[in-house]
Amino acid sequence: MAEAPAILRPSLIQGDRSLAQITGDICAPMLRRPGALWWIGFLAAFSLLTIGTAAIAYQVATGIGTWGENTTVGWAFDITNFVFWIGIGHAGTLISAILFLFRQRWRTSVNRSAEAMTLFAVMCAGLFPLIHMGRPWMGYWIFPYPNFRGSLWMNFRSPLAWDAFAISTYFIISLIFWYLGLLPDLATIRDRAKQGLRRILFGFFSLGWDGSYRTWQRYETAYTLLAGLATALVVSVHTIVSWDFATAVIPGWHSTIFPPYFVAGAIFSGMAMVLTLVIVARKVMNLENLITLRHIDVMGKLVILTSSIVALSYGTEVFMAQYSSNSYERFASLNRAFGPFAWAFWTMISCNVLIPQLLWFRRVRTNVAAVFVVSLLINVGMWFERFVIIVTSLHRDFLPSSWASYRPTTIEVATLLGSFGLFFTCFLIFCRILPVIAMAEVKGVAAHERAERGNHQ
Amino acid sequence: MSDRVMVGIFQDENDILSVTREVRKQGYTISDIYAPYAVHGLDKAMGLRQPWRLPWICFLLGLFGAAAKIWFEYWTTASDWPINVGGKPWNSLPAFVPITFEVMVLFAGVSTVIAFFIVSRLYPGRRAATVIPGVTTDRFALVIKETDAAFEPIQVRRLLERHGAVEVIERAEESLP
Repeated sequence: MAEAPAILRPSLIQGDRSLAQITGDICAPMLRRPGALWWIGFLAAFSLLTIGTAAIAYQVATGIGTWGENTTVGWAFDITNFVFWIGIGHAGTLISAILFLFRQRWRTSVNRSAEAMTLFAVMCAGLFPLIHMGRPWMGYWIFPYPNFRGSLWMNFRSPLAWDAFAISTYFIISLIFWYLGLLPDLATIRDRAKQGLRRILFGFFSLGWDGSYRTWQRYETAYTLLAGLATALVVSVHTIVSWDFATAVIPGWHSTIFPPYFVAGAIFSGMAMVLTLVIVARKVMNLENLITLRHIDVMGKLVILTSSIVALSYGTEVFMAQYSSNSYERFASLNRAFGPFAWAFWTMISCNVLIPQLLWFRRVRTNVAAVFVVSLLINVGMWFERFVIIVTSLHRDFLPSSWASYRPTTIEVATLLGSFGLFFTCFLIFCRILPVIAMAEVKGVAAHERAERGNHQ
Repeated sequence: MSDRVMVGIFQDENDILSVTREVRKQGYTISDIYAPYAVHGLDKAMGLRQPWRLPWICFLLGLFGAAAKIWFEYWTTASDWPINVGGKPWNSLPAFVPITFEVMVLFAGVSTVIAFFIVSRLYPGRRAATVIPGVTTDRFALVIKETDAAFEPIQVRRLLERHGAVEVIERAEESLP
């Protein structure tokens, strides 16, 4: 920034790096032996994954009676985790698809890792409904297939079936979008690699990409089309997740604000997760020249925006509940704030509404440590948001005689930890074997910035 | 056929843009350009037409997916084995919308990418015939066909060098993709 005082905005890519240097910087972590920090992170994540796997094996073998659920609170930890992870994924698609369509050039440094985050988060999310089925080996029953029972078809009117379609589609589209983005970079690594396994593998997966501009032109078209589809898809996925609740007649769920509220919340939580991951990755992998303070600043602003939408939704929910004159709705809303789960509600409010307000200050937004802490707290807050929506609406229903409480068992907590283990194990392996930054795109931005700088001088 | 080509290698996107415009103005035939990233405006400089087939494939297969799915939902729930679910109509069209939408996106997205691979002849196991190794890192290569009667190797070489070519190679086309 100091080298180029003439430009109005700080550069996205610091230091005047040549194209070859950018390739070198991004590929360096893949060629180095992993450092101590990586190993500590990986072993921690892998231990959590092991704990989670053991917990899942136990609950599948024993039955979901190992959970703390009861006849009143039929959905709790499991579905909370599901909605939480699906939400995390949404910011990845926002960054990779929506910001691409809006031509936000800053996205290039973070889109690859954000898309990887989406994939791993959707994997974690998919795990929970599967376990919740009790007999996960029959999970394919959710899809229509010709069978010997009739054929007895599935019920296409059920939001749970919509969910299965939405999430599978989301995973497949995210995967091919991510792969398409990786394609030129895989070829770059193939061409840098000497003979050996790396060359063979990257040669196979780069599909013979040779940088031909005719291919580049079609690639750009295909990428734009896919971005447009993914944008519509991401909005639909969390909308459908919210319908799991909104189509039920439970007070606190049965509300038309749910789709926009859930989509905003999803992007909010995912943005926080991207910040958490990116702040660690840039430090550990020495990518501070490519993922700069400007990126963190911009994402901080997006967090503020989505936090405000979420806050507005909280307010609207409470207002509409009181204004509706429906005693059940009124009760559900008051019970959230002042009932037995008030602690969860106020954790949610402070983490999602109050603490993000700090990001209004540029000083906070450009202080990496502060942003990191805020992002962690938002992750916690957004997990509690789903917990509050699900558990507080269920535990005191229409009949006081059936009221119950809920407390998670060790097995449920271990499963949640296991999902974090799966997520971070996948992410850390991804950081080692693939370029965490989209090289081809960053090069385009770097060239553009160089040209811009030239014009200003 | 062993048509010969001249390959000019450049280091800067501005050079490749200007040289492409100049080469086309002089009427030489550009076989292809190889670049490490999608250089903005190079398609216009090369005189390439916008790919028009991919959007159509995306649209039509998306439409096909949606139509097939809505028919399937109707057939399973209202015709093949109708089941009364909460007294809802057999043909619950509004409830079919979400899955129809998802399947449309799935068909459109997957078929666009597959079509892109087919049109660009990218497939697993294809040997990448890169002009020069650096073309996926930091080099831009302009490949000109030497077939034209007007092709004057010395002049073209001089033209390329004037626009900042770091190297100019002549070789047979068959050694290229």
